[in-house]
Amino acid sequence: MQTVFSIAVDALAYGMVLFVISIGLSVTMGLMRVVNLAHGAFAMIGGYIASYAARDLGVGYAAAVLLAVVGTVLIAIPIERFLYRRIYGAPELTQVLMTIGITFCVIGIANFVFGPTLKTIPLPETLQGSVDLGFRSIATHRIFAIACGLVVAGGLWFLIERTAFGIKIRASVDNASMAAALGVRTEIVYAVSFAVAIGLAAFGGVVGAELLPVEPYYALRYMVTFLVVVSVGGAGSILGALLACLLLGAIDTTGRYLAPEYGEFFFYLAVIIIVILFPRGLAGRFK
Amino acid sequence: MKKLITATIAAVVLSSAAYADTIKVGVVGPFSGPFALQGKNFKAGIDAYFALNGNTVGDDTIEVIYRDVPQADPAQSKALAQELVVKEGVQYLAGFYFTPDAMAATPILEQGNVPMVVMNAATSAIVTKSPYVVRTSFTTWQTSTPIAKVAKDAGVNKVISIVSDYGPGVDAENAFKAAFEKEGGEVVEAIRMPLSTNDFSPIMQRVKDSGAEAVFAFLPSGPTTLGFVKAFNQNGLKDGGIKLFAPGDLTQESDLPALGDSALGMQTTFHYAVSHDSPENTAFVEAARKAIGNPAELSFPAVGAFDGMYVITKMIEATGGEQDAAKAVDAVKGLSWTSPRGPVTIDPESRHITQNIYLREVTKAEDGSYFNKEIQTFENQGDPGLAAAK
Repeated sequence: MQTVFSIAVDALAYGMVLFVISIGLSVTMGLMRVVNLAHGAFAMIGGYIASYAARDLGVGYAAAVLLAVVGTVLIAIPIERFLYRRIYGAPELTQVLMTIGITFCVIGIANFVFGPTLKTIPLPETLQGSVDLGFRSIATHRIFAIACGLVVAGGLWFLIERTAFGIKIRASVDNASMAAALGVRTEIVYAVSFAVAIGLAAFGGVVGAELLPVEPYYALRYMVTFLVVVSVGGAGSILGALLACLLLGAIDTTGRYLAPEYGEFFFYLAVIIIVILFPRGLAGRFK
Repeated sequence: MKKLITATIAAVVLSSAAYADTIKVGVVGPFSGPFALQGKNFKAGIDAYFALNGNTVGDDTIEVIYRDVPQADPAQSKALAQELVVKEGVQYLAGFYFTPDAMAATPILEQGNVPMVVMNAATSAIVTKSPYVVRTSFTTWQTSTPIAKVAKDAGVNKVISIVSDYGPGVDAENAFKAAFEKEGGEVVEAIRMPLSTNDFSPIMQRVKDSGAEAVFAFLPSGPTTLGFVKAFNQNGLKDGGIKLFAPGDLTQESDLPALGDSALGMQTTFHYAVSHDSPENTAFVEAARKAIGNPAELSFPAVGAFDGMYVITKMIEATGGEQDAAKAVDAVKGLSWTSPRGPVTIDPESRHITQNIYLREVTKAEDGSYFNKEIQTFENQGDPGLAAAK
């Protein structure tokens, strides 16, 4: 029983870290219909900024997180204006080719500027060490990651479902030309959603850095994992992404505990089964 | 007039005969991509050798030609090695970071009359693939065996072994198991985890459940090392008194700044630490750091490359610059010298390097940086892997 609890706690923490990083990709793919393979690259940029701010400039963790999110969004603005705007509505292949190109550029630049070694983001005292849950101990930052995941999920749900801006997003997604005809400035809606998605990527990159350390090949190394989460969850669905992360986190963690020699067999087996049963992702079924 | 022309021609011919040869050495390694840091270390080691000893042997000048194989890719490695031998006319092949890359190039050696000096690839069997292979690095068996004695001496009887599921990981598991059981200990469980693992918490939970007193671990250096060591600490294993033993791949110098406090006190066995205290090493580190640019990036492949260049110059000396692979390899069999890592010998039987293996502990220096401090020496260790394979 204790083992079951123990695995559940690990699965929850891992799933939440996945969620924080992947939800931004779910937003770009579902709401904006852009297959953004450079998502991991933006998460990595966030990680690098936070690491540089905390280690070399000596600012606090909260300030570093803020700087990372703002800095990454600032870097992304010209990229959105000059590159992404051309591929909205373009065929998937065009989008994939361009975003993977951006990914390789970011990898090259990161390698050149920061070097090939690992970068860490020093945690504040309060997030270091571990907390005793009675039956086992868990790293404090994982509880922080779980909390971050919940806050992000709640915040996004509120933004999209309960605010006037959320209505505009949904309208632009369903029918861009009709929304524009009714006075919604779709290009602003797209730009803001893109910024939110990139900000979330950067935030996820920083919060998840303990599990997925920042180094130049980050952008490629975890790309498949992020894409799997989005396709299993159903692009654009917050609830779907959350469910997918928790489910995949649980399967991956259990598999790794009980039979590590099988590698990621169970993870991908689950992905295949889910995608066969729900071709549009878990949340796609509810539509 | 005719006389003048004849004289000129004669002069040209004579002078070109007096000119020394340029001897080309082809180095294959990862110079771009995720493992570029290791290739950079090859280059730093070679540059350091030339900076300290010059790039001439007698009248001959050594020219190094680099070829890039970004990650383990036997086909590409073989193609590049062949191109180096056929088109560039190299007399020596060197480098090779990954075992499959080295293995793939061995069939060329005898046909091309070219010796190969392996500067890193650490699987025991490579030297058996061709009589023209000489290795100046280490083997996973060589570095993983002494840690078993360290574990036993620390009073540990039950160990759980955790390795990445690929060639060197399996080598490390077997090497440790063989050595630890010989010491009278017991490996209670052996876990092989996929190379792509990034969340190690479930593994740590299994360690707890296994009731082992210590963990033996092997992972390739790089991002996963950090996650592993952090998970080990954060899941309360370190505080629970469980010890962590590993070969030095886990505490490679270039990873130490990132590992920081979480690796403090960790004990590993390896053939080279940048902090090794000897005049030879001081000179080497100074030259190599200058060559690599960022001092924090210097680590073990550089010393393999440095010694590799030494072996190649000895081969050139013995053959007088002529292409004769058999004579070159024979000349370095049994060769002994003082390397930056300590006294070393090329074993005449296996053509692998016999060297000291050091037990090191991750220590914080006065300036706040971390280094591997050597605390115990296992002298003249050969390669137990070849014997075990027979």
